[in-house]
Amino acid sequence: MFIQQLMNGLVLGSTYALIALGYTMVYGIIELINFAHGEIYMFGAFAGLILVTVLKVPFFLAFFLAMALASLLGITVEYLAYRPLRRSTRLAALISAIGASIFLQNLALWRMGAQPYTFPSPFEPKVYQTAFFTISRVEIIILLFSFLLMIGLSLFIQKTKIGKAMRATAQDKDTASLMGININKIITITFAIGSALGAAAGVMVGIYFRTVTPSMGLMPGLKGFVAAVLGGIGNIPGAMMGGILLGITEVMGAAYISSQYRDAVAFALLIMVLLLKPTGLLGRPTQEKV
Amino acid sequence: MPPESILTAAGICHSFGGLMALEDIDFRIGRKEIVSLIGPNGAGKTTMFNLFTGHYNPTRGEIYFNNRKINGLKPYQITPIGIARTFQNIRLFGQMSVLENVLIGQHCRTRTGLFGAILRTPGCKKEEARARELALEMLSFVRLEEKKDEKACNLAYGEQRRLEIARALATDPLLLLLDEPAAGMNPQETISLMELVRQIRDQMGITILLIEHDMKVVMGISERVAVLNYGKKIAEGTPREVQNNEEVIRAYLGDSA
Repeated sequence: MFIQQLMNGLVLGSTYALIALGYTMVYGIIELINFAHGEIYMFGAFAGLILVTVLKVPFFLAFFLAMALASLLGITVEYLAYRPLRRSTRLAALISAIGASIFLQNLALWRMGAQPYTFPSPFEPKVYQTAFFTISRVEIIILLFSFLLMIGLSLFIQKTKIGKAMRATAQDKDTASLMGININKIITITFAIGSALGAAAGVMVGIYFRTVTPSMGLMPGLKGFVAAVLGGIGNIPGAMMGGILLGITEVMGAAYISSQYRDAVAFALLIMVLLLKPTGLLGRPTQEKV
Repeated sequence: MPPESILTAAGICHSFGGLMALEDIDFRIGRKEIVSLIGPNGAGKTTMFNLFTGHYNPTRGEIYFNNRKINGLKPYQITPIGIARTFQNIRLFGQMSVLENVLIGQHCRTRTGLFGAILRTPGCKKEEARARELALEMLSFVRLEEKKDEKACNLAYGEQRRLEIARALATDPLLLLLDEPAAGMNPQETISLMELVRQIRDQMGITILLIEHDMKVVMGISERVAVLNYGKKIAEGTPREVQNNEEVIRAYLGDSA
């Protein structure tokens, strides 16, 4: 029972981790909580659904196309809603983010209607039985893809030239631009990657719970944000850890306390971590910039 | 004066709101010269640097670098055409390793794009290997190769200054701007810094403009000195000429001296 719940938590948590990465990367670079990120996740799920059901694209291709389309949406949101406010107060950009979130959600309601859509299962449902737990094929795919994406992202950030430029930009924009780094380009890339990861989570949750609705981004968006704060916002390994911890805590809360309290357990965890370690689990106290 | 100038500022003015930080400055640096910019605090020296690197756009006047007008360009556009700088208050990427700091400096000198980096093309691998080799060369030039894997923020103060110079050199500049490189250094470190500055010019052929308060450094390595006071250039010449200029003495020591 316990190990089974742990596995369920890991599956849920890995999707939270993917969402949290989008929040934390954007925050690391421009110190903005991108509240429209939950809607990017929802958009990813719809894009995947339409590609698979209407356009009859094979699932794995649809998965990557949905990520690419969500990247474009993320870049557009940044360009229209955040870039013009770059030099104004942080509150202005935050309100613009909430506006973008409401706009995208209503756009989806208008175009798609409020009814839930069923995501057709891309594979033969199959369940594998082990000594300690059962796991479905979809769950294996979610775990595998999430971890591959997270490893890929870590390698990208650590090893590549653009990853290095992203880290440099997060630390000191002025000095980074003196190294010949075009800050606007880095911000665009950050939004593209963050949005693609969010969309990947959206598609995977779509095939997991089999439903897609315009308001589906709300709760996971919030949970992804919680996960990012748990791990220490701006910290990439922190976001991965925070997501998985949140998923496991939530599933455990639902299993051992009451399934009605699963959200309450998640947010209680946030409050506890913020009380004990306000910078998050892996966060460092921010250094005063000179 | 050397025949060909690498940087020319013609009639530049810069004001912050109502405050005139620089007023009608004419200034030029010859190729491969070592020039010092001195003056009391608040004279406008760092503002000059910020104009040359594109952090500010001059209110009036024009700046030419290597026969190209550069005012209006952004810092990331100026770096590739050959101006690099260090800061008065050191600004390294503290959370990165020493080697990574120098690699970042080569950002605009490497061509591999996003896809090359993801797909690990042979061209990209070769370029990365070369970048690393060059970075190690720069580190050994400033005698920091032993510390390449340490976090930049854990280096000693003098080492951080040298790392900042290595990072600036990695951008492959024609002109290096050093903002108070000797600040906070002990006499021994100051002497080796002067040696390093000379080597940068003699071995790499890089032109150097430095802001410095330590007169031993200024008089010891500069071929020419320009003096700013309250945003105006009050003197320019060889170190000896400037030392004996009455207006300079007044600016530093006051009227009664």
